[in-house]
Amino acid sequence: MTSLSLAASPSVAPRRRSRRVLPGFNLTLGYTLLYLCLIVLIPLSALVFKTLSMSWVDFWEAVTAPRVLASFRLTFGASFLAAAFNVVAGLLVAWVLVRYDFPGKKLADALVDLPFALPTAVAGISLAAILAENGWIGQYLAPLGIQLAFQPGGIVVALIFIGLPFVVRTVQPVLEDTEKELEEAAACLGATRWQTFRLVIFPAITPALVTGFAMAFARAVGEYGSVIFIAGNMPMVSEITPLVIIGKLEQYDYAGATAVASVMLLISFILLLIINGLQAWGRRRYGGAA
Amino acid sequence: MSGTPARIRTTETPAVRRLLIALALGFMLLFLVLPLAAVFVEALKSGWSAYWQALKDPDAQSAIRLTLLTAAIAVPLNLVFGVAAAWCIAKFEFKGKAFLTTLIDLPFSVSPVVAGLIYVLVFGAQGWLGPWLAEHDIKIIFAVPGIVLATVFVTFPFIARELIPLMQAQGNDEEQAAQVLGANGWQTFWHVTLPNIKWGLIYGVILCNARAMGEFGAVSVVSGHIRGQTNTMPLHVEVLYNEYQGQAAFAVASLLALLAIVTLIIKTVVEWFHERQLKQSSERPS
Repeated sequence: MTSLSLAASPSVAPRRRSRRVLPGFNLTLGYTLLYLCLIVLIPLSALVFKTLSMSWVDFWEAVTAPRVLASFRLTFGASFLAAAFNVVAGLLVAWVLVRYDFPGKKLADALVDLPFALPTAVAGISLAAILAENGWIGQYLAPLGIQLAFQPGGIVVALIFIGLPFVVRTVQPVLEDTEKELEEAAACLGATRWQTFRLVIFPAITPALVTGFAMAFARAVGEYGSVIFIAGNMPMVSEITPLVIIGKLEQYDYAGATAVASVMLLISFILLLIINGLQAWGRRRYGGAA
Repeated sequence: MSGTPARIRTTETPAVRRLLIALALGFMLLFLVLPLAAVFVEALKSGWSAYWQALKDPDAQSAIRLTLLTAAIAVPLNLVFGVAAAWCIAKFEFKGKAFLTTLIDLPFSVSPVVAGLIYVLVFGAQGWLGPWLAEHDIKIIFAVPGIVLATVFVTFPFIARELIPLMQAQGNDEEQAAQVLGANGWQTFWHVTLPNIKWGLIYGVILCNARAMGEFGAVSVVSGHIRGQTNTMPLHVEVLYNEYQGQAAFAVASLLALLAIVTLIIKTVVEWFHERQLKQSSERPS
């Protein structure tokens, strides 16, 4: 393609047009921007304007109320725990799926995406049923004094379920692309398998692991459907931030709901920027392969 | 490493391998298979007749219809958008492209509840357009249009996300050849681009559809939970569950779980076809 355009370049004057040989740029870009504005940007700006119309004191009071602060602590704490757990579990699953052969591997691989495909409300009631005192798993945990359903612990379980595919699907392609030669070289030089993993493989997949963590965390922070069925939803104890927003809406406290939502939105933006940065880091490390 | 034929170990010992496989599968059994199985077991706890009864309930029927209607509107809208966005982003260079791509991803990182809230702020009784809508007797919030809008928002990036990297990887060569040979824009798209992106397109559509039918948080905020009118299937599951009609809730939920299973099956088949296509095109001498 480059050779073609180079060959033509001396004869044709309007160079700018040759870059856009294909038609439809104005139409598709125009439609994309229009649709983006109508569906996403204008509604989101409503949230920003509503927040800006509040006085600073009102805003601060709304977002620092003890009940709201408790929900922030719970939401971010549970999301962090779940994402951290998923880094370990997700790496294990990705590793086994990429490196080993075993019967049912294709099925296991397909099953990883279940949390993407299963509606969150279904996951929520199902996990609640399993972890309840008479549930499949809850009945074994109850004698040990562990109660997960309708407790903050249940929230972490739901968020692990929701976040797992993010880690697996980010790590898997990178693990597939790691060069076997490097591992052979390490083994030749006398490294044990564990040393090879720690010093050769792990650094190569670190960007993917961190990206997967950030994605699972970002998703967990906003999650609502799967959590509310299992959380118990006690104010100050097991009430997540999205539920606080809904509670305020049901009491027609639109200003309060908007204030809390704007904090969540801001955090989502920051997480999105971090994830984009992490992905760029990963691409640089693998030389644009990913 | 001396004398004996050097055995370079680039995998773990069989024992470690088996342990890792067992751990991974055990984890997946516990966290993925059990929740899925529990839905069907709970749904059929009181037998098939109770199961059918729950599904034949008029409220359940209307929830199923509303969910199908919502997906039937939201998915084509996002399909057209996804193709248009992928075309301008993958085929052309322009300023602000990276920023535009980030904006398209935005709905992924917004909490579903916040997604619902922003539409309440625009169309709700106290929102920007609220008074005007009330004057003209148009209902958006606590009505079907609001449910559709919230669903469109949460499924907004799905198809564009699948198509952009795919079309970028394929480059412009084939389209340019078509242009040189005299095809117009639509012909180029239908006969050259579309066959190339077909698998990615199907993949994006089924994921978009699964999310559209299963969305809970955003829809919950704008729906108003009017039984038989503005309850989608996930909302109907919630209503039944909160009324302690566990078996009926799981019966409706089992339909959504079936949808998830079908989605995963189609996805696996599509991936298989796509890989085969890639293999064939790489074997073809170029």
